[in-house]
Amino acid sequence: MSRLADLDGLLVVVKSDCETCQMVEPVLRVISARTGVAVASQDDPSYPRGLAVLDDTDLELSWELQTETTPTLYRVEKGKVVGSAPGWNREEWQHLAGIDDLGAGLPASRPGCGSKIFEPGTFERLNDKSRGLRARRVTVAPAIDPFEAMMAFGWSDGLPVVPPTEDRVQRMLDGTRRQPGEIVCVMAPDLVECTVEKVAINAVMAGCKPEYLPVVLAGCEAVATELFNIHGVAATTHFAGPVLIVNGPIRHALGMNSGVNALGPGNRANATIGRAVNLVVRNLGGARPGGVDRSTLGSPSKWTLCFPEDEEGSPWEPLSTERGMAEGTSALSAFAGHGPHEIVDHASRDADSLAGSFAAQLNSVGHPKLMGNFDALVVVSPEHARVFTSSGWDKARLRQELRERLTFDGDEVVKGAGGIAEGVPKNRLQPRMTKFRPDGLWFAYAGGTAGMFSGIISGWSGGPRGSQMATVSIDNWK
Amino acid sequence: MELLDPTAESAPVARQGAPRLGDINGRIVGLLDISKPRGDVFLDRLAELLEARDVTVRRYAKPTHARPASADLRSQIAAECEAVVEALAD
Repeated sequence: MSRLADLDGLLVVVKSDCETCQMVEPVLRVISARTGVAVASQDDPSYPRGLAVLDDTDLELSWELQTETTPTLYRVEKGKVVGSAPGWNREEWQHLAGIDDLGAGLPASRPGCGSKIFEPGTFERLNDKSRGLRARRVTVAPAIDPFEAMMAFGWSDGLPVVPPTEDRVQRMLDGTRRQPGEIVCVMAPDLVECTVEKVAINAVMAGCKPEYLPVVLAGCEAVATELFNIHGVAATTHFAGPVLIVNGPIRHALGMNSGVNALGPGNRANATIGRAVNLVVRNLGGARPGGVDRSTLGSPSKWTLCFPEDEEGSPWEPLSTERGMAEGTSALSAFAGHGPHEIVDHASRDADSLAGSFAAQLNSVGHPKLMGNFDALVVVSPEHARVFTSSGWDKARLRQELRERLTFDGDEVVKGAGGIAEGVPKNRLQPRMTKFRPDGLWFAYAGGTAGMFSGIISGWSGGPRGSQMATVSIDNWK
Repeated sequence: MELLDPTAESAPVARQGAPRLGDINGRIVGLLDISKPRGDVFLDRLAELLEARDVTVRRYAKPTHARPASADLRSQIAAECEAVVEALAD
């Protein structure tokens, strides 16, 4: 119930330890005697002595008024502020009060003091209280284990989720300056408008810290783009799920892992950011396995597969700048894929030989006789990247060399060739056919410093007919 | 414990199916090819069988099976046909 709504006439907000307030005490007595004034005290309900005082030590009235300065004189008409004068200013006070001879012995003006609502800790408390959340409240009876209840509601990906209480969701929302009601994206397949609040609820459930929220919001934005086509990715019988690659300074701020086990478990940010985006796809988009999600076998990327690039160790430009983002920007790229599938080569000491191994393994993406259907993202490890750079190959050279090694005579890959029915249909057959579309082969640099292993993250149907990599700014969501 | 609902809070509204045609003879039926391989084989045969029953057959196709039919295509089919058959194949 608003306290402001009950007021009509003059109102002044004061606090006892403010010298300007003490100075204007005689003025308040004059106004009180002539026209009446409501006096709200932020710190001491017995101050100023001799006047009837509204106790505002809970600061609810000051918060409603967003009072920045004590004293501030307000003119209120039927619960609405129609004029205000912060600090002491004779002319303004006389005008608001409608009294001609106020504070004759006082200086013409004097600045006030800071309002208590902006004191550290207080502002956050009041802000949380007023940040109304709109999500439906679901009450779990005391006898019921909330972890079991959430499984029964169908909110989980199969692993336990953190109960999204109002306190936790409010703290999660501290991770962004965006308002809870802002729309982040429209999530397929149900075409639901996802608010910052709803994404924050799912981020709590996934186990995120508040500072991860901008990355989760960016992940939702990326997968909901026309380019990425989450409807197709979620609904397909193929394996693919959202694979998220993070670039820029936020990797360090969140302590993400681009080293040992970068694609595996053990790092909270890597694990929970990817999971949160998948929970949004499930709980808001409505893509549940067995429902719209018809994947024949599925893959772990439908749980979580999120990792940062090791930009400092990488000899190559980051994926995000290759994708058009400015250097120094924190950005997220979403790729529809699964895996990883290994490239093991302990023996190659020159780029030519290692590229041969890469090409041989990459040819298995989808099927060795399918050309131009499936994209791939290769996560190149430090020991393999060193072989390419010691031979003077940059990323563009590697891509070009792989394309050449992965170009075949049509006769070899046509349906039926080699006694295998699968292959390129005759009506699409060219004399020479290349495995990957021109923008269908990507590289990221990550992994521990020991091990001559790289990882292929195989993609889904690529290009405008399927899914294409989508890169968005994370900084926009801070 | 009070939890905030993480879902779209849109338990799907139970939709009524369109009225059944009863008899198909002499009606207008759309055949939607979703562009999966050999869907056309199935639909060609279906068209023959329907035309033998005096059905007016209209043919439609999605550009790719990997994306939903566009709103334009859905409303065109709804406007031009009394029933629709959608073919999957592989």
